Amino acid sequence: MADRYFGESVERREDPRLLTGHGNYVADIKLAGMAHAVFVRSPYAHAHIAGFDCSAAEGVPGVYTVLTLAGLGEKYADKRMAETYPAPNIKQAIRQYPLAKDEVCYAGEPVALVVAESRAIAEDAAALVDIDYTPLPAMVDCAVALEAQAPRAHASSPDNIVAQLHNCYGDTDKAFTDAAHVFKRRFRQHRGGCHAVECRGVLAKDDPYGDGLTVWSSTQSPYLVRRVLARHLEEDESRLRVIAPDVGGGFGPKAGVYAEEIVIALAARILEMPVKWIEDRREHFTATNQQGDQVWQIEVAANEAGKMLGLRGHIIADNGAYVPYGLRLPFSTTIPLPGPYSLPALDVRMDVVFTNTTANSPVRGAGRPNAAFAMERAIEAIARGLNLDPAAVRATNFVSVDQFPFQSGNKAPTGALITYDSGDFHGCLDKALLLADYAGFKERQAAARRDGRYLGIGMSSCVEDTGRGPFEGATIRVQPSGKVLLQTGAAGQGQGHQTVFSQIAADELGIDIDQVEYRSADTGMFPHGIATVGSRVAVNAGNAVSKAASQVRDKALQLAASLLQADTADLELVDGMVCIKSSAEARLALADLAARLNPIVGGELPLGMEPGLEATAYTDPQGSATASGTNVAEVEVDIGTGEVRLIKYSVAHDCGRIINPLLVNGQIEGGVVHGIGNALFERMHYDADGQPLSTNYGEYLLPLATEMPPIEIVHQETPSPLNPLGVKGAGEGGTIPAAAAIVTAIENALEPWGIIIDDYPVDPQTICALLDAAGSDSAHAAR
Amino acid sequence: MADNRTITLQVNGKRRSGTTETRTHLGDFLRDELGLTGTHLGCEHGACGACTVLVDDEALRSCLMLAVQAQGTSITTIEGLSDGAELSAVQQAFREHHGLQCGFCTPGMVISLTAFLKKEPNPTERSIREAISGNICRCTGYQAIVKAGLKAASVLREEP
Repeated sequence: MADRYFGESVERREDPRLLTGHGNYVADIKLAGMAHAVFVRSPYAHAHIAGFDCSAAEGVPGVYTVLTLAGLGEKYADKRMAETYPAPNIKQAIRQYPLAKDEVCYAGEPVALVVAESRAIAEDAAALVDIDYTPLPAMVDCAVALEAQAPRAHASSPDNIVAQLHNCYGDTDKAFTDAAHVFKRRFRQHRGGCHAVECRGVLAKDDPYGDGLTVWSSTQSPYLVRRVLARHLEEDESRLRVIAPDVGGGFGPKAGVYAEEIVIALAARILEMPVKWIEDRREHFTATNQQGDQVWQIEVAANEAGKMLGLRGHIIADNGAYVPYGLRLPFSTTIPLPGPYSLPALDVRMDVVFTNTTANSPVRGAGRPNAAFAMERAIEAIARGLNLDPAAVRATNFVSVDQFPFQSGNKAPTGALITYDSGDFHGCLDKALLLADYAGFKERQAAARRDGRYLGIGMSSCVEDTGRGPFEGATIRVQPSGKVLLQTGAAGQGQGHQTVFSQIAADELGIDIDQVEYRSADTGMFPHGIATVGSRVAVNAGNAVSKAASQVRDKALQLAASLLQADTADLELVDGMVCIKSSAEARLALADLAARLNPIVGGELPLGMEPGLEATAYTDPQGSATASGTNVAEVEVDIGTGEVRLIKYSVAHDCGRIINPLLVNGQIEGGVVHGIGNALFERMHYDADGQPLSTNYGEYLLPLATEMPPIEIVHQETPSPLNPLGVKGAGEGGTIPAAAAIVTAIENALEPWGIIIDDYPVDPQTICALLDAAGSDSAHAAR
Repeated sequence: MADNRTITLQVNGKRRSGTTETRTHLGDFLRDELGLTGTHLGCEHGACGACTVLVDDEALRSCLMLAVQAQGTSITTIEGLSDGAELSAVQQAFREHHGLQCGFCTPGMVISLTAFLKKEPNPTERSIREAISGNICRCTGYQAIVKAGLKAASVLREEP
């Protein structure tokens, strides 16, 4: 296949309509007779419900109904939401009821639904729904969830344990006994929530005598939503159509299945009218799943040269109130250990605990940023403790380029050995350090200190398991017009799937990219799909598109060969035409071939051929394509105000073969800024009773344009041997190492005071407090 | 009892009128009553900027303005920036520089920059960042948007 588009910064096909206000997000969809829904949510983090009085709300003019769990139907009165990712080590797989039954376990838990002729009326009525709550003690801080006297997040549970994980390999006891040095670190990691600019939303329409339920949802996982809806409603999947229209950002929390999807679907059925719910931004802070805190303790054993011999750790991970997402987040934290490093022995335990807060969801990077942060803390501890260059310590410990495929020692929950398929970690490190002018930093730092200014530099390296299975699929169909229809189950939230997959298809078929018509994320249009998570879609769907397109190409050439009385080896596809090479005469348009394979009026199918110039293909990736990279952050810390100014951010990134550099850079830049948010800005505050205290953007800080540094990127391409295109995922690699790089840079700036940071995001108040606490040691003062 | 008014205003060069409750904000009026769903609502508390429209050439957050306050004004929404299929200089620059990913913040972002560049034809990277500091983007990290802004400014300076 000729690479006309692959590797090029092709402008996006999605852009013209999005730039002119013709996007189609859930909130934009209007159906005749549509009603509007508002959820009544628990104001308490933990409470018992004795009863509901909806009479006042029902009496508001314009209200169609007020539903509680009992009102959804007898079939649902005792039915919790399905387990999506069961795992044998989940001790208490407690999922929520779609509407609370008699206990609420987080502030924001949906309790009732008001449906009215307008959203404003529904909001008015929602305030009148009277619920008899008796507050119960709330379990808020995961760090104390395992203590004997800790409140139970679920009143009837014996304890707060969701699951207990243990990842170990090698002989850590020996490593620690033999080691010349042992370094310890304790730290708490906070990653905040989704905060896509589009909140969630669900629109449902029931057509019981026709095709059944159609649900539009701002989701990353239409097929998962269909599966869970089918289970909950006890319906065949063919009677449920789930569509993800334009989705304004996902980042992980839109990948799970939510109570709202079930309740809105049932409301539409009960009322026999379409029902739309659009999440309010304040709701988003508690109604949409977010990543919970992790409290870590690690110790690392090293030799004199700074080589890691073993790492031990214990993590307490905040699961939130329910388990809608299995152990995805815990697994994605422990399995990426030990990162890009060759570590002979590992022993890490994780206690996943319930708290009375919103349920846990992966947020961009999932647990990988947490794992990367821990490994980078270990590396930095060694560098600091042995007075070695942190870059040198990384180089000493990296998996080397001749060790691939490399088995880290760690295991997946299935027992499969984790394997890094390809990479060049030293190469990325060198490129990042060059880009960051690391060599010149000591001088910059010294010059700044002479001026009373404190610069710091921090680096962080990571791996990312991308492209995991089980599959995605694509259908390529040449239309009688000559246009090529590309259908896939893959769901996009702005990554540019349409463009990237059109590039691949156009190359394979020798057509102009504008000939491709793209359809996606609709379970009624394409039969099977999984979800857009974990940077897996380019690998899965990209290869499926390539495979299907090459099958269409083969079929076109086969038919053309018989019609042109030529050998397929003598044919080529150029500009939508099959031609005999080096002959201008004999040509057949793809459109013509398509029509011949679909002869509606008269004609016959060519002998031995199936109808349609089309093919459907799925990928079945084995293992995962290992992306990797090193980030370097240079900062200035104002020791008077505690402000951290980001001076420059350098990224060396390896996502295998790059399909569209412009789009990959966008993913990296966006990912880095999300990581900057984690490092410096985004904190979800709760009080001791589990009350959310930061429910607007004045209190929960998102990265804004003014604080962002220049982000410079250098690419390295180590193709994945595991898929024909050689591609790897690129959606999260900017985020994964970012918090570690920035926190390390801050410590480097504050090295005169010997400050170690053990919690992020780091705010100015924290830096001032650390400086005040250290200030008493005047031997460390600058100048 | 709902308090309804009929208002008349110019929207994207056309005279439009509609009935609205007095408590309805301009963003909802544009989207629901006039069917102009290009203006998006991201936060409804004036923080994210996604709902930004031009009201008498000034960039304002439509979620912070009541529809009835727009009586007699001239409004430009994202739908009004392009001329048929021809994108404005700002829109075209966004396309070239990948200044949008999911597209949800984009209408407000483009409107904000369009208004800014009319006032400041010679922006710097810094002044562009300040101009969009009231527009939250979760996808791009802003760098491509800033590049698009600088490109649009240079194109607009070339125009007769």
